[in-house]
Amino acid sequence: MRKITAPLNWDQVKSLKAGQEVFLSGSVYTARDQAHKRLVQAIKERKALPFDLRNAVIYYCGPTQTPRGKIIGSCGPTTSSRMDAFAGLILAKGLRGMIGKGSRGPEVAEAVKKHKGIYFVTYAGCGALLSKYVKSVKTVAYADLGPEAIVKLEVENFPLIVAIDVNGGNLYGQD
Amino acid sequence: MRKIKAASIIQAVIVLVKQANFLLPKDVLSALHRAYRSEKNSRARTILKAVLDNAAYAKKENLAICQDTGMPVVFVEIGQDLKISGNLKSAINKGIEEGYKKYSLRNSIVIDPLHRSKSGFSPCIIHIDIVPGDKLKLVLLPKGFGCENKSQLKMFKPTASLQEIKDFIVGAVKNAGPDACPPYFVGVGIGGSADYSGILAKKALLASLGVKRSPLEKDLLKQINATGIGPMGLGGKTTALAVKILTYPTHIAGLPVSVNISCHALRIAEAVL
Repeated sequence: MRKITAPLNWDQVKSLKAGQEVFLSGSVYTARDQAHKRLVQAIKERKALPFDLRNAVIYYCGPTQTPRGKIIGSCGPTTSSRMDAFAGLILAKGLRGMIGKGSRGPEVAEAVKKHKGIYFVTYAGCGALLSKYVKSVKTVAYADLGPEAIVKLEVENFPLIVAIDVNGGNLYGQD
Repeated sequence: MRKIKAASIIQAVIVLVKQANFLLPKDVLSALHRAYRSEKNSRARTILKAVLDNAAYAKKENLAICQDTGMPVVFVEIGQDLKISGNLKSAINKGIEEGYKKYSLRNSIVIDPLHRSKSGFSPCIIHIDIVPGDKLKLVLLPKGFGCENKSQLKMFKPTASLQEIKDFIVGAVKNAGPDACPPYFVGVGIGGSADYSGILAKKALLASLGVKRSPLEKDLLKQINATGIGPMGLGGKTTALAVKILTYPTHIAGLPVSVNISCHALRIAEAVL
């Protein structure tokens, strides 16, 4: 099984193909609806961003509260298509990877190709199981958003399936 | 007249919060096991295995089955010969609030839907029915919004054919596609009014899988599983695990049909006080 490490450089992703299963280690940043709205607003207003987008991986995830004695609570993917309207601009600013569930609109497939990005899916509705692969968490921005805050996760062998690759391959077809 | 105190309702709801979010109902778990055994597609099998492993891990570790611990929906049946001292709705919301905090679930509820202020644990949605007897029945359904977002309502003409209605229901599942965590449970409400068909569609999800399904439900399930959407939308014959329909009388001028889709984590817990 192929192993990759985030931040994800071009060399690691250029040969990945839609349908391929990979294990991801390294840092990923959680961000969902409201965090995307703020990130895009900050980009448009040319303000400083809360983390370096270059080669970064964003995980569409809002975990539960953290139970006592655990590193993180249940932390599975949320529906990616809600972030479609924001993805293009964030990819243009250097984002490499996105992790979520479900298909993406044609504008995202196009942006992935143009900006050499990649879209992964992970086991949907399996948030308890996925918590096993998270080794540390740190809130980096928008703490006021509660479960929608941007949290840096250090993950180890987090299971992913490539859904849209850099050459236009798309596991969900061209819809 | 039998009497119960609102405080006992708070405690009962806290127990339901834990049970619903950590333990998949037996019939749901069996349906997933059956699907895993009969699925031929290897990727679908891998995903169904992960879903089963997830349920086992959530149970063992007291973790939420899914991080989306839902907008809690509580169906209440109050016996007409029962006297409740205290505020029933406040007690249910307090139980939700305390339970969700106690078990470290997710604060997914925004008070102002337009301004999206800071999120909290309550209020939940409460549907109340008055029934004969002196008991209080509480059924908690923590409904995730990935699948709730795929709900549909259509006001058919009273002369619509059964085929048109079937196409609408199957179409709602196709529209959900890979996004709402298939394999699905499909709740359908037929009849009543626009608002009532929506409640019926959600209530239909509560029906036990042990009950024999109608020919219409079986036929719809067959059509849905022929779409090939499969677990996570990555192919296979397991797109839905059940179709459950509730009907109600309606008006001569119309035929409301609502579809409420549940993800594979159909979380239900029930108590009778």
